[in-house]
Parts: sequence; C-alpha cells; structure tokens
Amino acid sequence: MTEHDLRTMIGEVKDGSLSRRGFVRRMLALGLTAPMAGMMLAQNGVAFAANALRDAYKPTKAGGGGPLKLLFWQAATLINPHFAIGTKDQEGSRIFYEPLAAWDADGNLFPILAAEIPSKENGGVAADGRSVTWKLKPNVKWHDGKPFTADDVVFTAEYAANPATAAVTSGSYINVKVEKVDDLTVKLSFKEPTPFWADAFVSSAGMVIPKHIFADYIGDKSRDAPANLAPVGTGPYKFSEFRPGDTLRGVRNPDYHVPNRPFFDSIEMKGGGDAVSAARAVLQTGEYDYAWNMQVEDEILKRLEAEGKGRVTMEYGGNLEFLLLNATDPNVEVDGERASLKTKHPAFSDPAVRKAMNLLVNRAAIQQYIYGRTGRATANVFNGPAPFVSKNTSFAFEPDKAAQILEDAGWKKGGDGIRAKDGKKLKFVFQTSINAPRQKTQAIIKQAAQKAGIEMELKSVPGSVFFSSDVANPDTYPHFYADMEMYTWNMTQADPAVFALQYVSWEAATKANKWQGRNICRMQNPEVDACYRAAQGELDLVKRAALFVKMNDLVVADYVLPLLHRAQVSAINGKLQAPATGWDNSLTFLAEWYKQA
Amino acid sequence: MGAYLLRRLLIAIPSLLGISLILFTVLALAPGDPFGELATNPNVPPKVREALRLKFGLDDPILVRYLHWLTAMLQGDWGFSFASRVNVDELILQRLPTTLFVVGSSQVLALLIAVPVGILAAIRPYSVFDQVANTLAFIGFSLPTFFTGLLFILLFSLTLDWLPFVYQADISATGWRWAWEHVRQAIMPVCVLGFFQAASYTRYVRASVLDVARLDYVTTARAKGLSDGTVTVRHIARNALIPVVTLVALQIPAVFGGAIVTEQIFRIPGIGSLLINAMLANDTPVVMAVTFVFACLVVLFNLVADLLYGWLDPRISYR
Repeated sequence: MTEHDLRTMIGEVKDGSLSRRGFVRRMLALGLTAPMAGMMLAQNGVAFAANALRDAYKPTKAGGGGPLKLLFWQAATLINPHFAIGTKDQEGSRIFYEPLAAWDADGNLFPILAAEIPSKENGGVAADGRSVTWKLKPNVKWHDGKPFTADDVVFTAEYAANPATAAVTSGSYINVKVEKVDDLTVKLSFKEPTPFWADAFVSSAGMVIPKHIFADYIGDKSRDAPANLAPVGTGPYKFSEFRPGDTLRGVRNPDYHVPNRPFFDSIEMKGGGDAVSAARAVLQTGEYDYAWNMQVEDEILKRLEAEGKGRVTMEYGGNLEFLLLNATDPNVEVDGERASLKTKHPAFSDPAVRKAMNLLVNRAAIQQYIYGRTGRATANVFNGPAPFVSKNTSFAFEPDKAAQILEDAGWKKGGDGIRAKDGKKLKFVFQTSINAPRQKTQAIIKQAAQKAGIEMELKSVPGSVFFSSDVANPDTYPHFYADMEMYTWNMTQADPAVFALQYVSWEAATKANKWQGRNICRMQNPEVDACYRAAQGELDLVKRAALFVKMNDLVVADYVLPLLHRAQVSAINGKLQAPATGWDNSLTFLAEWYKQA
Repeated sequence: MGAYLLRRLLIAIPSLLGISLILFTVLALAPGDPFGELATNPNVPPKVREALRLKFGLDDPILVRYLHWLTAMLQGDWGFSFASRVNVDELILQRLPTTLFVVGSSQVLALLIAVPVGILAAIRPYSVFDQVANTLAFIGFSLPTFFTGLLFILLFSLTLDWLPFVYQADISATGWRWAWEHVRQAIMPVCVLGFFQAASYTRYVRASVLDVARLDYVTTARAKGLSDGTVTVRHIARNALIPVVTLVALQIPAVFGGAIVTEQIFRIPGIGSLLINAMLANDTPVVMAVTFVFACLVVLFNLVADLLYGWLDPRISYR
C-alpha cells in the first residue's frame, strides 16, 4: 500500500465514505495495531470522539427504516429554535435545524455543519483568545435546495442578537462580532479573551437558520415569519406537518449532508399526556420507539423495563439538585425588602450551623430510596465534564457529629428540644416545588434535623409558581423568602462559566434587579468572586479548570449543599440505537439513530 | 317570539362582558407567567425575559390589558398564543374537529343507551331490569372518567393489546383503513365519556318517564285499548323526553368544550387538552379565548333550550 493509497483512505474516513472501523480493520489486515491506526487518523485531523459516534452507525444506505415514533409528554409548541421557550421546543426544532457543532456525551465538540472543530493547531482558535474561525462543511443544502453558506451563519447571529426579535438565544450572540471571511468561513471576535468560545453556533442555542427565508422577518416582524411554523433547515428530516402542542412530522431528507443517513423514512413527535404513560407506550406496549424525559420514579421504570420490550437510558450532564441555605435574613425587612443583602441570616451566618446542616443530609438514602438510577449522590456543584470535577470533596451523614458541632458552637437545647443561642432558635422554613421525590427528600432531611435539635417547617409551592419569573409573587424561587430551598439547576453547556454565575456576589437576586439575578442564596464570598474572574480570562485550559475546582470547593463549604447529580432519562425501544449526550438536547444525534434488524 | 329573542340577545351582551372581565382578572391575578421555563435556563439572560414580558405587555395594568384584549376581540382578532406564537383562532380550529368527533360521538352513544334503557326501566319500575339498570347507572356516574379511562387502557391496551391508547389526529392511511383506524382509536375515549354521560341521562329519562306514566291521559290511552308499545312510544316517551331535550341542549357547550380529563389521558388533541396545556403554560390568550368561547356557547344554548321548551310545550310562553 502506497502513501497515496493511505492518504486516500484517510480522506475517505474524513468525509465519512469509509467508516473509522473499516479503516482500522484494513490496517489490522496490514499488520498494524488498532491504536496505531487510530493515532494515524488523529494525526491527520480525524478526531477520536467524532468517529467513535459515527462508527457505531451500521446501516449502509439511507432510508428504509420505516417511521420513527417519538413520544414527548410535553409537546412542542413552536419550532423556531431561537424562540424555543422550553427544552421541548428545542427538541422539536432540532429535527430540522442544526448547529455548527454539538457536545457529545464526554463533553467533546462534535462537528455537524462545521467542516472541523476550530483548534489552535488548525488555526481556528486565535492565540490571544479574542477570535475563533469556523470552517463550514461544503455542499450542504437547505431543505429547499439552496446552498448553505457563511451568509446564513452571519445572519443567524444578527437575527438572534437583535433585541426586537427577543430571541431566547440572544445571550449567546450579543457580545460576539460575527464576520464572513469567505463563503465557507466565519470569524467570531470577542471583546475580551474568551477561553470558552463554543457558545454561539453550538448546541441548542446555535441552530443556524436560512437567511433567504428569514431575512424579511427580523426584529419586530419576527412573529410573522411563515417558517416559524414550517421550518426549512439542513437537518436529517424535512418538515411535513405541525400541530402545535400535538404532533410534529417530518420525512427523510434525501440530500442530507452525511452519507448513509438518516435511517428512518419519516419521523413523528407526538405530544401530551404524562410521563408514566409515555414510558408505558415504549416499554410495555411498544407503540412508540422513544419517550423523552422520564420524570418517573425509578421503581416504576424498573417494573416496566421488566417487560423486555425496551430499556431506560440515562445521560449524565451537569444537572444538579441542590439545597441552598439563605445567606440573608428572610424574616427582616430592610428598606421594604425581605432577605436584603444588608442583613445576615441569624443562624446560617454561623459556619458551625452550615457545617452541621451538611452532615444532616442523608444523600445516600435520598439516592437509594428516591432517585434510584436517575441521580447520583454528590458532594460537588460541578459534576462534569471531568476536568472540572473536584476530587477534594466528600459527603457524610453524621447526625451525632452535627449535634456535637452545634453543642460546641454554643447552640444549646432548650426545654422544647430546639437548640438556641442568644435567643435565636434553630427553626427553619424549608421550601421547594411540589414534586413527589422532592417532598420525600424534604421529609428525610427534616427527620434528621429534628434529632439534632433543629425544627424545620416544610413548605411546598406548585412548580408553575415556584419556577416563575413573576416579580410580584413572593413564593418564587428567586425571591427565596425562606431559610432553605431545594431545586434542580440545569447545566446546559459543557463548561461551568454560565452555570457558576449563581455563586458570584454581583449576581445576587434582589429587589433592585427584580430578582432576575442568578445568585439565589445571595452568598457573598470574595474568594469565589476572585476565582470566577480569574477563570473568565484564563486561556490555559488546565489552569482554568483548576480555578473552577477551587471555586467548587469554596462553594460547597459555604451556603450550597449539593445533593444529586441528575441524569436525562429516556425510555427507548429495545432495537433502537440512539446515541445521546447529557450536554445537549436528546435529539442532538438524531441523524445517527437507527434500528437493529 | 322575535321580540323575546332580541331581548334575550341584548341581555346576553352585558353578561358576556361581565364574564370576560372576571375571567381576565382572575387569569391576570393567577400566579405564574408564560416564560417560567426561561427562568430556569441559565443560558437565557434575564434581560431577554424582561424584554419578552414588555413585548407581550405582561407588566401593563390589568385594565389596560383587558381593554386591549376586548378591542382586539371585537375586531375579530383573538390574539396569539405566547407559547406557540400561533394565532389563537387557528389553534382552536385545528383542534375543533377532533373534539367534535370524539365528544359528539360519546353524546350520541350516551343517548342511544340512555333513552331505551331509561324508558324500559321506568315502565317496569322495580323489576329486575330496572334494578340492574339503576345499579349500573349509579356505578357509572360515581366512577370518574380518569379512573375508567385508566381501567380501559389497562384492560384493552396493556392486557389484551387490542386498542391503541395514544390518539392520532391525522392518520396517514387512506380509504377504509383511515376510517377504521379512526374508529379503533376512538373506541376507548368515546366509551369512557359515553358511559359516564349515559349513566346520568338514564336517571333523568327514567324519572321523567315515571312522572308522565302516572298521568291521567296515559291511563285514558290504555283504557282505549291501545297496545303497550304504542302508549309507551306515542304518549309517554314524547312528553317525557321534553326535559331531556333541554338537558341535552345544555350539554352541547360541553361537546365543543371538549373533555379535559379524557383528552389528557388518551392524548387526544382536542380543545380540552389545548385548554389544560395553556393553563399549565400560563398561556393567557389561549385560556381567555377558549373559556370565552365556552361562555358564549353556554349563553347561546341556554337561549336555544328556552326556545326549544316553548316549541315542545306550547303552555310555556315567551315573555
């Protein structure tokens, strides 16, 4: 085999006409080892992760897979990715639209509409961290046959960043300057050195829309675009029908830009109902191939799985169920504001009380008896990707030790069994949203606290109220007019920068910012702030990760008690192969889905 | 009768205005907002949320919003859904056929059961048939539809695997297959709703027939030597069904309004599920439009029932 032959084969692997596995097999026949073959590909710019995913795909031709039936208990209500209010809408849009790249399960970038992932080696990432250049995949067509070019990418940024459009993705585009270099090259410039540059055009916020369809509907006119209801994208399936809140249908895109894909001839996303019966339709009757977001107790899932028609899959991203201790006093009003930054919590301002609370949470029991396989007990606020996960932390359930710490700190038990110090009692209001697992968790924590001399009043607020941004409602989670509260915060990027904003002091939710600040527990720790600021400008990725680990360790010793690292749970047909990722939408790799014969 | 009709219609206007104002105020005061899910997405800057609230006028005073809504509604503009940004009238029209088919068929089924069973039970009171019918009727309306619905799913979908439990509004098949698929998936929801409705109708028909059967003119008819069947059909049933007709007329708004619980269980994309999803998403324009249409239908069919009454029983005059 000549060098030329070898290069041709590597080229074939690159453009997808030869699978990585096929390449490795041929190399093995020539006497090379598999790792050597793999390295050969890597040195020639074929990244490992991308191919592991592509290699798993077996079908040799596109189509022929029949219909793919997805069941979403929350139905998609709109299919413009830049208006997508909830995950369900992002998922619906994702069938038709694609970003330049997406995050895979390990937190690696996977190119979709990009020809390659920018890196320092290929010159895509500038050394000063102020710009990134994306090369676009050539010969990609929109569903109406028009070519996909850099103009569309530049337009998408303009569209989303326009304040009058009120796009929910605008946060990813307002601080980025996007320029066209040539038809297949786009340059992104940042005001400051930006180590985490993979936000614009990546994953759910990065779906590119066609300029020729949306150009007349930017800003105030955005709601009138016919394509809001009949998308024209580059994705594996073409749009055929949409009934908001009910069914979304598509048919195979014969011109899809990845060879041999997609496998299914049509796709249907049906909405409505509840999670348990959706699990039933996949696991018990097999009427559907896939059910999304199984917020169902693990016991029930296990019982349905026993039918043998399908299985439950878990994808771990960085979603965190945690318990926040209020750093401010919710019972005192200063200048007409409760839980003002000018106050300090009478009990939690004592580090001993916070430490004792941490020891009173039985995370192992909460995982074992309530969340099962769908959550992992954790001591960290950053649970992924791997470089950001701290190894310095641990959790324990030691009620006796907690009682001792309180005793030593001067919190003595009174006649009523409740500890007090200087006339202040350890009596807390603990709030969360109404949701069976959460109420059970509340009960477990209350019981342990009671034994240690802490009285806890449990409060549960309907989810639609708790998780609303209503400024006038005192029961929403950002008002936090309680001593403790518990909820899940989703980590939607494979980087902690946005997620970590909830611990920095300038983001504290207050009346002044209409409780829109992200720091809900209102902790003020200068060391945490310093870590965050340093990480923001740190271009050395190893040092940056170390800063986030340090921040994690500071935060968990402070006002934040991490409980569980939660998974995205789906139910899928036994024959369906559906590569997924915890760092992006469930349908991210829809083009790679197929059914085994 | 023309003057009566006009007067009734004029009275309906202020009452509809009142209803709409109350609905709007209650919805505006209810907690939660349509952009709740944005609040928990860390990637969405709070400014966008504020901009959206501003754009959709969520922070305006209630009265201003109500007047906006009212003037638009009077011009035939029903507004658009915050959640899907689709015009509300389009959403409703998309779902109306499904609701009419499912809930309408269930009403027909209910009447087909209730009228003969009720009459037979009443003309032989306390017979075995009557006892059985009564017992079944009691069971029927004391079991809520969400319970019977789940029971049906467990039996017919999971255990026997005969019927699908996910309803599809648009079936790709054509011809007879299309019709058959529609019937197959509608069997369970139609039966659940129909049996529930039939139970209460049966009780009504029975009571009404019992009342009429004791009247003198029925005895006279029998004394004339007319057969049992003729007396029952010609003399008893005709008069006894007058109150039942009113009852059915008053049920018509429910046919248009959908069956919220049943639609949710079987994933039927009807008005009921539209309403409940809009409520869960705090999608005020949709909730407002659907409930207002519902209010209009109630007012309208009350009027129709009154007119029907007078037509069926000439002793009732229009004043």
